[in-house]
Amino acid sequence: MPVRVLIPTPLRQYAGKQEALEFEAGTVGELLERLVTEHADLRRHLYTEEGKLRSFVNVYVNDEDIRYLEKEQTPLKASDVVSIVPSIAGGKAGNRK
Amino acid sequence: MSKQAAVKNQETQVAAPPALSPQEILRYSRHLIMPEVAMEGQLKLKAAKVLLIGTGGLGAPLGLYLAAAGVGRLGLVDFDAVDFTNLQRQVTFSTADVGRSKIEAARERLQALNPDIEIVTHETKLTSDNALAILRNYDIIVDGTDNFPTRYLVNDACVLLGKPNVYGSIFRFEGQATVFALKDGPCYRCLYPEPPPPGLVPSCAEGGVLGVLPGIIGSLQAMETIKLIIGKGEVLKGRLLVFDALKMRFRELKLRKNPDCPACGTHRTVTKLIDYYEFCGVRGEEAPVTVPVPEIEPRELKAWLDRGDDVFILDVREPHEYQICQIGGHLIPLGELPRRVHELDSARTIVAHCRLGQRSAQAVDFLRKAGFRKVWNLKGGILAWSDQVDPTVPKY
Repeated sequence: MPVRVLIPTPLRQYAGKQEALEFEAGTVGELLERLVTEHADLRRHLYTEEGKLRSFVNVYVNDEDIRYLEKEQTPLKASDVVSIVPSIAGGKAGNRK
Repeated sequence: MSKQAAVKNQETQVAAPPALSPQEILRYSRHLIMPEVAMEGQLKLKAAKVLLIGTGGLGAPLGLYLAAAGVGRLGLVDFDAVDFTNLQRQVTFSTADVGRSKIEAARERLQALNPDIEIVTHETKLTSDNALAILRNYDIIVDGTDNFPTRYLVNDACVLLGKPNVYGSIFRFEGQATVFALKDGPCYRCLYPEPPPPGLVPSCAEGGVLGVLPGIIGSLQAMETIKLIIGKGEVLKGRLLVFDALKMRFRELKLRKNPDCPACGTHRTVTKLIDYYEFCGVRGEEAPVTVPVPEIEPRELKAWLDRGDDVFILDVREPHEYQICQIGGHLIPLGELPRRVHELDSARTIVAHCRLGQRSAQAVDFLRKAGFRKVWNLKGGILAWSDQVDPTVPKY
């Protein structure tokens, strides 16, 4: 059962410049593992060296943060959309001082 | 009607809200004829004190719309000067402002737009030492900064002072907006407990930004600020708005108050402002992650070339940057270097360059580890070359 995962702009360069990918997965953890297996550069951006999801990268199933669901064990169904939402700081953007 | 509204408003405001002059009534007539704003809302706007942190991309529409809307006291915090590269999106400034203090240029522009409001300028970098004293004098804080340390500083100060933090952030063609630190609402640390380590997330200076994007996100922040002031509608509380300009799609994600949040949770550990540069792992804004490699000054490279030495120039920027300007280098983008390394001759002297020298430092490090011995990094990149050797090479 393929589930769609949306890749945010800052991370697309590590995911073959794709904005969305689909993987067979039953849980969020499985889906992310498939994702970083296929796009190895993405692993250090999503996981710490101890294999924990980084705290400035939030993962949502539809509109709900997985921290308030069953975290990486959150089950997925085909109609779900998983989003990765990292923190971005830009505002004055591009100021090269 | 106006008197009644003013009297009613006195119950919620400490100071009696001033009445509107005939000229102000004319100026704000499109607000006054809307029942959602009306005289009551306009007087609230006039009595409101809003602080804008940053007068750049987000600050431009924020300043213009909040001044135009008649926010009575508008505070501005910035310490930069207007730069040519700002003009693509920071629409408060005109070409003649380049080189001027941003805060002075913004004050002049906003005061010209609306002479009836008070503009207070704070020409300083917001720090842990001055943040509480500055923020304390305002009702609503609007975060239009461009770096993680200031964002965490603004958040913590807002939580400590119990003031709403109207948040907006952008990257390339994506933006986020929400309102943090409302009563019983989440704060920035509920969303992101920790900042990314420096270097892991590309900055906007590296990534670029579509000029209209801060206009859109800053306008959303201005709208939320006005709704907070007039007390109408539903503000972005507990909802994170995520905008993709290329797809022209808004998504809304649930944002929950984290009971374990160190800033606003039940067992708070953030009870005063801390060193946010240390917290974010940087000393100074977006400190580059530099790899120590052999460097060559632009003038020295020029001397080598003038002497007729055999030097191979390797340009590790992206093709779209090569189109802007180049100095005769062989283009292999940094990301393609590992699989295209066979295009290089390790017997020749190689000087690698990029825009500023950081990516090429990584390239030199990679090549040295791959066995290349005569490889140098052009210090300061093509920008330094333009400054020191050939000013006809355009800077970007």
